[in-house]
Amino acid sequence: MSLRLFVPADAAARSVGADAVAAALAAEIAARGVDAEIVRTGSRGLFWLDPLVEVETAGGRIGYGPLAPETAAVVLDGNRAHPLCLGPVEEIGWLKSQQRLTFARCGVVDPLSLADYERHGGLKGLRRALELAPAAVIGEVVESGLRGRGGAGFPTGIKWRTVAAAEAPRRFIVCNADEGDSGTFADRMLMEGDPFLLIEGMTIAGIAVGADKGFVYLRSEYPDAFRTFGQALAAARAGGLLGPDVLGSGRAFDIELRLGAGAYVCGEETSLLESLEGRRGQVRAKPPLPAVKGLFGLPTVINNVLSFAAVPTILAEGAAFYRDFGTGRSRGTMPVQLAGNVRRGGLIERAFGLTLREIVEEYGGGTLTGRPVRAVQVGGPLGAYWPVGLFDTPFEYEAFAARGGMIGHGGVVVFDDTVDLARQARFAFEFCALESCGKCTPCRLGSTRGVETMERIIRGERLAANLELVRDLCEVMRDGSLCALGGLTHMPVLSALEHFPEDFARDTAAAA
Amino acid sequence: MTTARPSAAPAPWDAAQARAIAEGLKGLEGPLLPILHAINDRFGCVGDEAVRIVADVLNLSRAEVHGVVSFYHDFRRTPAERHVVKICRAEACQALGADRLFAEVEQRCAGRPVTVEAVYCLGNCALSPAALVDGRLLGRVDAAKVAALVTP
Repeated sequence: MSLRLFVPADAAARSVGADAVAAALAAEIAARGVDAEIVRTGSRGLFWLDPLVEVETAGGRIGYGPLAPETAAVVLDGNRAHPLCLGPVEEIGWLKSQQRLTFARCGVVDPLSLADYERHGGLKGLRRALELAPAAVIGEVVESGLRGRGGAGFPTGIKWRTVAAAEAPRRFIVCNADEGDSGTFADRMLMEGDPFLLIEGMTIAGIAVGADKGFVYLRSEYPDAFRTFGQALAAARAGGLLGPDVLGSGRAFDIELRLGAGAYVCGEETSLLESLEGRRGQVRAKPPLPAVKGLFGLPTVINNVLSFAAVPTILAEGAAFYRDFGTGRSRGTMPVQLAGNVRRGGLIERAFGLTLREIVEEYGGGTLTGRPVRAVQVGGPLGAYWPVGLFDTPFEYEAFAARGGMIGHGGVVVFDDTVDLARQARFAFEFCALESCGKCTPCRLGSTRGVETMERIIRGERLAANLELVRDLCEVMRDGSLCALGGLTHMPVLSALEHFPEDFARDTAAAA
Repeated sequence: MTTARPSAAPAPWDAAQARAIAEGLKGLEGPLLPILHAINDRFGCVGDEAVRIVADVLNLSRAEVHGVVSFYHDFRRTPAERHVVKICRAEACQALGADRLFAEVEQRCAGRPVTVEAVYCLGNCALSPAALVDGRLLGRVDAAKVAALVTP
């Protein structure tokens, strides 16, 4: 049997040279005349070890990394004493301690092989869904306690039930893959590393609510995911997973992949629907909810990539299996994405409840620069900045909300002690100004006024009055904005001000 | 279908070809963005004449099409330079010096046929700072690496 080598084709791994490593390996295989095959996979999410190459052995896969073209040959030597040998990949503590349900196959399988997908447990959920009555499928999702993984945390099953109950000639499934939050990459990893899981999850949703058409709205900043997912859709059609007769059930479902055009606000669901319809991505006033009046005015299930991707496991293993992970009202697992100035960044899928300290210190191993950690921002550009003093906060919806933050899409961005939180607060307004769709006044104008006021604060001008103005502005934007962009900008700004007040007073001494 | 990455150099403007692109995609549900992407990829931008053609094919007003073109960062009104460098300036990359990187790259690329622009997240946040150089994603990048890729 030929030797099998696994080299990630994930965009992040490629960004640090995985293609060159694969080419060097292929050349070495030819030169040595070895009977070996290179399989390109997704990523395991241990990015500091990339390019990470795995070799199949009787005792599991042995990993080597981070490799360069010059060192790639070590993989073929089988020398486990080599400093680049990581031993059995599944035994690496960082990975072994995780509970990978959604990301179980990512980095393991050939992402475009439907046979590989099935061999590793794929399609079990859809097969079961096709045997159940649609209401029972929705019941499983409700029972599982799954909440939207995009950021808002709305119960997924309830949304599906609303769509199924709506009177309409047609319904739609829409996947929000406009993963714009800095510090997040789980949607991208999944679409590149295990695309059939998303296809399966969306198909289950279609069967459950009676929709025969789905759209995936993917951001244009993800060219690799666009290519891989497009190929996966073709393979799914060829394999009978999508099309007029899903797995021989007589039910029809198909998915169309659409590209965003560089607008952060299109991650907001109503703005995304406007964009899909071919308009400016301006938010709609709610109600009506998309579940009642969504794409082209018809009832629409719109969920994040990770929400759909959690569903096959729930159907395959049962609602109770999924619900047994997690804590309080945060059930199941959450793919946390650890990023920024951190030694060991990557994807950590665990049951809810892990503390920030465990994430940043134990998994992350501190900062890449070696300086002390000063702050983390959780939940993207609209998420709160957290000081080290609050690192005992467990990673779950309610605990974060109780302390003035949110978990959002699960991104954790680490900063060292050189960060200036007043500048980060100014950036929060700046980003809001840049990406505001312009529909509502608090966001459109408030963001720019916020930048100006923060600049005065940074210059140390009339500090008390300007800080008061910023607080006031944050309140107006929070209460008066149509969507989360303007409505949550207060979170990074006020958390920075509350936890790091010294950064907002830095220049007054000089100015006085 | 549209592509996510303009792989080749933009083609010279050709009204008949633009019309054929629009006609070919107009049967999609919500066809405007796919058409604009296809035109932007082919010709490097969506100019006034393209707006007129798309409006005509979809039976929209020119104002409506212009409004959409101007809303999205991806659609250019005039073509970019020969090389396009997008540097991530979002928080995860800020934490590892993205602002300094941006300034350095701008400086090194001054006077060269390079469009340097900011982008907010490339999804490579565990390998910050990140940049996209002519469609190729780079992680743990520095100004020298970027400059080397766009030097003739």
